[in-house]
Amino acid sequence: MPEGGRVEAGAEQHGAGPWRLTARRLRRNRVALAFGALFLALVLACLAAPLWAKHVAHTTPEENHLSDTVVVDGETRNVVDFLGTPIGPTWRGEFFLGADGNGRDIMVRLLYGGRNSLLIGIAAALGTILLGLALGLIAGYYRGWADGVISRAMEVLWAFPVILIGVALGTALALGGLRLGPLTIEGDSLAIPILIIAVIYIPYLARPVRGQALALRESEFVEAARAQGMGSARIVFSEVLPNVATTVVVFLPLLVANAVLLEAALSFLGAGVQPPNPSWGTMISEGVDRIVSAPHLAIVPGAMLVLTVLSLNVFGEGVRDALDPRARVRIEH
Amino acid sequence: MGGPMARFAARRLVSMLFVLFAVSVLVFLIFNVLPSGDPAVRMAGKVPTETQVEAIREEWGFDEPLYVQYATMMKKIFTGDLVSYFTRLNVDEEIWKGLPRTLSLAIGAAIIWMAFAVALGLYSALRAGRFSDRLLTVLALIGISMPVFWVGALLSYYLGYKAGIFPNGGYVEFFDSPTQWLWHLILPWFALAILFIGFYSRVLRADILETMDEDYVRTARAKGLSERRVLLSHVLRNSLIPVVTLWGLDFGAVIGGGAILTETVFNLQGVGQYAADAIGQLDLPPIMAVTMFGAFFIVLLNAAVDIAYAALDPKIRLEGGERR
Repeated sequence: MPEGGRVEAGAEQHGAGPWRLTARRLRRNRVALAFGALFLALVLACLAAPLWAKHVAHTTPEENHLSDTVVVDGETRNVVDFLGTPIGPTWRGEFFLGADGNGRDIMVRLLYGGRNSLLIGIAAALGTILLGLALGLIAGYYRGWADGVISRAMEVLWAFPVILIGVALGTALALGGLRLGPLTIEGDSLAIPILIIAVIYIPYLARPVRGQALALRESEFVEAARAQGMGSARIVFSEVLPNVATTVVVFLPLLVANAVLLEAALSFLGAGVQPPNPSWGTMISEGVDRIVSAPHLAIVPGAMLVLTVLSLNVFGEGVRDALDPRARVRIEH
Repeated sequence: MGGPMARFAARRLVSMLFVLFAVSVLVFLIFNVLPSGDPAVRMAGKVPTETQVEAIREEWGFDEPLYVQYATMMKKIFTGDLVSYFTRLNVDEEIWKGLPRTLSLAIGAAIIWMAFAVALGLYSALRAGRFSDRLLTVLALIGISMPVFWVGALLSYYLGYKAGIFPNGGYVEFFDSPTQWLWHLILPWFALAILFIGFYSRVLRADILETMDEDYVRTARAKGLSERRVLLSHVLRNSLIPVVTLWGLDFGAVIGGGAILTETVFNLQGVGQYAADAIGQLDLPPIMAVTMFGAFFIVLLNAAVDIAYAALDPKIRLEGGERR
């Protein structure tokens, strides 16, 4: 495997590094860039949640408006009618996308929920990359007993029914929190779904990284470094790590996408973000329960989730095509 | 075949047993080490007295050392004596009750997703770069971006509740009424299959395009074989191998817990939903049994795929005993 990506003979200029070439190839892929921009826009919108809540909707994500009214087209309507059916989209500042069963503003909850969903997705993906990279490199480069232990552990993790164990852990932790010596995590902390998701996806990254490290340790440039008297820790960081970086970059967007989906699944089964704290998963879950009387409660957060995951998937495919078109990345949700 | 193959299979079996053992220990520890509440206190009811709790603790063996409790629980899984903490129903019997439902869902969905993926992947590869290929690519990407429980809920609402075409969740035994069985499962099958159709059709498309560039395909064409023959017996046959591998692994994963969301949304009352309900109550015996059951299917199909691979492909090193 050549360093970095594949270099197409004659097609590119001499002297440009592999990352420059990748950026150039990615820039030509308009669709991928557009979806990457869409993802950024969604992130920015969610970051701006407090602005919308304070200046446009005049409420907070957890404030109930059960007995309030709102004026739509000169007509005064209850936010939640006497049957408990919440108002649909008003398409104006307050209750832009309607209200939920407690009379909470869906648009506000959607934006705040997006913050939680995206935070969990991104933090979990980074956690997976950190842990998967470390374990894969150690197993592949040092081999021996470390490889034995790590590979067995990956096998065990691989055999766990993912959602089952995620939900079981999430439920158990949500009830009692976690106390490990000086470290205390409360039951409703976002750190719980982040940790669970980060650990579940480790094998998907650690396995390919281990394979690459196994091949790289026999390569000539690593041998040359060794002959120069470089220590093994330095070789791993300066010779091996840059060569597995493409795998990591290809994985990152797809990992975030799947982590966001897994968060939704955990929350749907009551083991992710704990109410009243919103996330797209908890909102869909509440919406599914009331789908007959107010389908928009499920449709709105679901559509937002699909849009986010789709933008990450399309962008991620573009990155993969630009970097390493033969890479096979597979993550389940 | 023979010697090395048998040894490879034996080693695979040993590692399977190790993995299952480790999974069981981990699940047991998760629920005994985490401060999620003493089961005896929760079982004793709303206002438990100390003597009640003590009695329950003794009756269920919660006062024994952890390794004894673990050994008892594992023994009971295999002898079929395991009982839920809260419903007091036999866990193995409940799993057997749910199994036909979960298998009906998983097998039907697996057939659907494979059939659609092959058809769409082949079509996409043959039309590569044209509008229909792009459209299918977009649809596939949307398919892999949707949470299954959301799709399931919307399908069930719009096609079941509103349009009244399909029943609104639930399950009918095959032997009670085959047509009703089919009718109740169509929506769950498709809800579960969409993700896999999207993923497999993309993998297959890429594999077909890659295979078409191979020398042996060019040779087959040069020999004067019809395009149809080349496609079916040279290209598709070889491109299908990776997809069939995935199929085996995913089928195991779906039975082993992947169906939990679909079952819950459509109220199929299968093994997955049984587990979800048990988890909600932190009812360890069913969680333990279902996790073991799920891990068993995952490990079994992983091993089957490995062994089939080793048997089919002479290039695979049997020494490493691992796919990459």
